Amino acid sequence: MYNFEFSKPSTIADAVAALSSDEAQALGGGQTLLPTMKQRLAQTDMLVSLTGIGEMQGICVGDDGELCIGGATTHAAVAADGNYPGLASLAGRIGDPAVRNRGTIGGSLANNDPSACYPAAALASGATIKTNARDIAADDYFQGMFDTALEDGEIITEVRFPIPEVSNYQKFVQPASRFALVGVFVAKFADGVRVAVTGASSDGVFRWAEAEAALAADFSKAAVDALAVPSGDMISDLHGTADYRAHLAKVMTGRAVAAAS
Amino acid sequence: MPKDHGIGASSKRREDVRFLTGQGRYTDDINLQGQAYVHFLRSDVAHGVLRSVDTSAAAEMPGVVRIFTGTDFEGVGGVPCGWQVTDRHGEPMQEPAHPILAQGKVRYVGDAIAAVVAETKEQARNAAEAIELDIEELPAVVDMKTAVQEGATKVHDDLTSNLCYDWGFVEENKPAVDAAFEAAAHVTTLELVNNRLSPNPMEPRVAVGDYNPGTDDSTLYTTSQNPHVIRLLMGAFVLGIPEHKLRVVAPDVGGGFGSKIFHYVEEAFCTFAAKACRRPVKWTSSRSEAFITDAHGRDHVTKIELALDADNNFTGIRTDTYANMGAYLSTFAPSVPTWLHGTLMAGNYKTPNIYVNVKAVFTNTVPVDAYRGAGRPEATFQLERVIDKAARELGVDPIELRRQNFITEFPYATPVAVEYDTGDYEGTMTKLLEMIDRDGFEGRRAESEKNGKLRGIGVNCYIEACGIAPSALVGQLGARAGLYESATVRVNATGGLVVMTGSHSHGQGHETSFAQVVADMIGIAEDQVEIVHGDTANTPMGMGTYGSRSIAVGGSAMVRATEKIIAKAKKIAAHLMEASEGDIELKDGQFSVAGTDKSVAWGDVTLAAYVPHNYPLEEIEPGLEETAFYDPNNFTYPAGAYACEVEVDPDTGKVEIMSFAAADDFGNVINPMIVEGQVHGGLAQGIGQALLENVSYDENGQLLSASYMDYTMPRAGDMPMFQVDHSSQTPCTHNPLGVKGCGEAGAIGSPPSVVNAVVDALQRAGHTNVTHIDMPLTPARVWAAMQG
Ligand SMILES: Cc1cc2nc3c(=O)[nH]c(=O)nc-3n(C[C@H](O)[C@H](O)[C@H](O)COP(=O)(O)OP(=O)(O)OC[C@H]3O[C@@H](n4cnc5c(N)ncnc54)[C@H](O)[C@@H]3O)c2cc1C
Repeated sequence: MYNFEFSKPSTIADAVAALSSDEAQALGGGQTLLPTMKQRLAQTDMLVSLTGIGEMQGICVGDDGELCIGGATTHAAVAADGNYPGLASLAGRIGDPAVRNRGTIGGSLANNDPSACYPAAALASGATIKTNARDIAADDYFQGMFDTALEDGEIITEVRFPIPEVSNYQKFVQPASRFALVGVFVAKFADGVRVAVTGASSDGVFRWAEAEAALAADFSKAAVDALAVPSGDMISDLHGTADYRAHLAKVMTGRAVAAAS
Repeated sequence: MPKDHGIGASSKRREDVRFLTGQGRYTDDINLQGQAYVHFLRSDVAHGVLRSVDTSAAAEMPGVVRIFTGTDFEGVGGVPCGWQVTDRHGEPMQEPAHPILAQGKVRYVGDAIAAVVAETKEQARNAAEAIELDIEELPAVVDMKTAVQEGATKVHDDLTSNLCYDWGFVEENKPAVDAAFEAAAHVTTLELVNNRLSPNPMEPRVAVGDYNPGTDDSTLYTTSQNPHVIRLLMGAFVLGIPEHKLRVVAPDVGGGFGSKIFHYVEEAFCTFAAKACRRPVKWTSSRSEAFITDAHGRDHVTKIELALDADNNFTGIRTDTYANMGAYLSTFAPSVPTWLHGTLMAGNYKTPNIYVNVKAVFTNTVPVDAYRGAGRPEATFQLERVIDKAARELGVDPIELRRQNFITEFPYATPVAVEYDTGDYEGTMTKLLEMIDRDGFEGRRAESEKNGKLRGIGVNCYIEACGIAPSALVGQLGARAGLYESATVRVNATGGLVVMTGSHSHGQGHETSFAQVVADMIGIAEDQVEIVHGDTANTPMGMGTYGSRSIAVGGSAMVRATEKIIAKAKKIAAHLMEASEGDIELKDGQFSVAGTDKSVAWGDVTLAAYVPHNYPLEEIEPGLEETAFYDPNNFTYPAGAYACEVEVDPDTGKVEIMSFAAADDFGNVINPMIVEGQVHGGLAQGIGQALLENVSYDENGQLLSASYMDYTMPRAGDMPMFQVDHSSQTPCTHNPLGVKGCGEAGAIGSPPSVVNAVVDALQRAGHTNVTHIDMPLTPARVWAAMQG
């Protein structure tokens, strides 16, 4: 790790100000950023911790029925919340207890690791990513591996999730890291079904439109049995080929439908 | 009634109190006055010519004490190889130099190029980043079969090729073996890979060098399994320091699994730099460095053939193996695929004709050496896999095929140069069958099927050679060291005693089990016995711990020394009781005169030895301290039978181990709880190899599995509850304790039954074309196998 300055503002406004310098970087739970800095793969002059900002903490259900999660809320807090069981179950399977007690939803979505779990939930739920500057629909937010619609210095202050009728997240773990080798989040709403696949594609999380259409007509595992995820954009690495990932995406979708509650 | 103390009792591990409460004293806990820190600048390319190493800017960085490069080590020895293998044609193996810091070329990702000694770790690392390197990259040699082709890029320009040796064993047997194959009724052939593993002890390596200019003494604190071996190799071959001016201390060591046997460049560097800089120099490996510098294990590519006659008797075994040495020869690397592998190819079976060919190959990868089991897991895996395949081809029961071919009479001389002193393979197999309810398998399989899972069962046997080793024999085989062990027993005046052993404990529990033996022999409480190890300044020259040798060889030395103590104590007791020495009996810490009620306590005798007022001074010297060296006259041969049941998820290829049973014969057992713990650990590593762990390089020699994000360490949740048994005991016939050793058995014996079980599950589900899957059996590989 290279040396850096550290600040811990208590309001969003102060954080945004602190992050206005080019060399400053936001720090959520540090579960991704700090290991990278320790390896000297990332370097910053100033870390601005977001965990001391009261307005970015906590979970509530808004008047519109959406689940509102502060951007600096930990995975453990989400896992313990009863309002959106599919999401809580996903959060409860991220990493290990230490990771869940430190890592934050804002950090996870900002990082947009192609194997991360939250992006699948956000995309499948049709969540809104609220920042200090604007609201971004999940469909516009994820822009490829480690790439998002966030501008430099922009902070995720809150994430709002419409709560589906039923939902489920199936995570097939990469054996070593236990991130998602392939993870599929299925969310059934009154007006349709959304299916988001993480871990599989070299473009990052994506919606599987074909499955969504089939499931809207018939919300059953059988509805996806006849489909196939194209393997063209799938990741191929030492943990699985593109074909395997494409296959898993389908299997996990079927399982998520069967398990959705 | 289980015993509550002494030999056979499950005494609680006394060392765990300090380990589990954070009070162990590991090498990294040692901080010396005025210590500086070293950071190694390592090659990030697998192969290249080192055009220049410019340290001028780095030398100006804050806190830099001194920067070393390869040129500082010209004229200094490289780290030596401790075993010379002679090839099929009687020629010695090719043995490249292994400089402390790279000279002229870098040969693997991780090869140390320069070393910065600075006031703080941070400063050392910063300065290392300021060193300017000019490396002309060369094509990397990664695949072994490509490496030995004519015209392949050479890892070492001064060698004739990348072939270290081409070993044939036993070369004279080859015609007879070939004839057995000609005459065979059936031949089963299997090609397989024994996957490369990273040892991953919990404690990364650390070295602290210290130099005392007042006395010209050097001290090295290091994470080693064998401090005397390091002292000898480093003192004599690298730095030219006589052993009496060099002390090597290996304090508490947090696991080794073989990887801390070897003499590494960092140890020599810290010792050298401490003298050059006139201050202590410390290096602590990061986990990332461990992946690219700790010697890896296994990495064999093998073709094995098994010949059977019309009655399914094994008549011949022929193997063809490529063994990866990595970029340099690590300390015992050449011995692993040869003498620790070829000699075990008979397994538990009376196969009359065996020929083993091994080609050891240099590649641009981390050096490969012994890892828990070392050579024996590779032998066991091939043999037990090919037998399973043969049983399937012949349509016979795999257990019956094994049984029919078991060696049943001992001693048994194998065609691969070893003599099994004793064993009972039918005994462990019978025990195993009692443990696993084989008859109930069909019902369990049907139950799994209902849940959409494919169930399979796999069984295998294993044998290993432990208690390494008769010095004269290994000398003939190319070892450049003896393999005896030593112990000094120092009794104190008040009756407590200290055993200074040449064995080393890095998690095995010697402090407990060794004390049990001595306490039992004398009849005193275990807490009267202290076990000291790991410091060349206060232990006799010993060879350390590996090859499941500690209790068999180190324990035997300790028994011999204790016998000498008892013999002398009896003389003193005889004098005190005015009786004849031949009439003295020792029981429960009391010396008595046979047939009388006269007795003196152990403590009276020890006091007399040090306060010799009433003492036979004309006959014996005062004091009670004895040393013994024990050189075994054979290996020991633990053996057993293992079984595994798995469920495979046909949709994902994921394998789950439903049960695992191990029936071992370790001969006599000193501490059953410790033995079970050793078996559990071995099983976890063996199952880890079978399902999870894999060191993976790309074609440029970049390590892909360079952290726990990509290298799958077994976790507790990956393991089933183990059923273990060691009640089948055929005591070793040639050591005083009748013990065989148990440290590696689990790692040796478990991979084949896991793979056998998965293949069985797929076969039963109709995937009849799946006769083998290479380890690790990851979900992706199993799924791919099912796709045909
Ligand atoms: C052992 C381990 C296992 C893990 N397993 C999983 C897993 O199974 N599934 C999974 O999804 N993840 C996993 N993770 C990642 C984990 O969820 C991280 O917590 C998460 O990816 C990053 O969140 P953080 O709060 O720690 O962010 P940090 O590491 O602090 O920051 C990450 C990035 O986001 C930026 N950032 C942080 N907060 C904000 C914000 N509010 N607004 C804008 N930018 C911000 C930072 O500047 C940085 O660039 C694992 C991590 C570890 C160490």
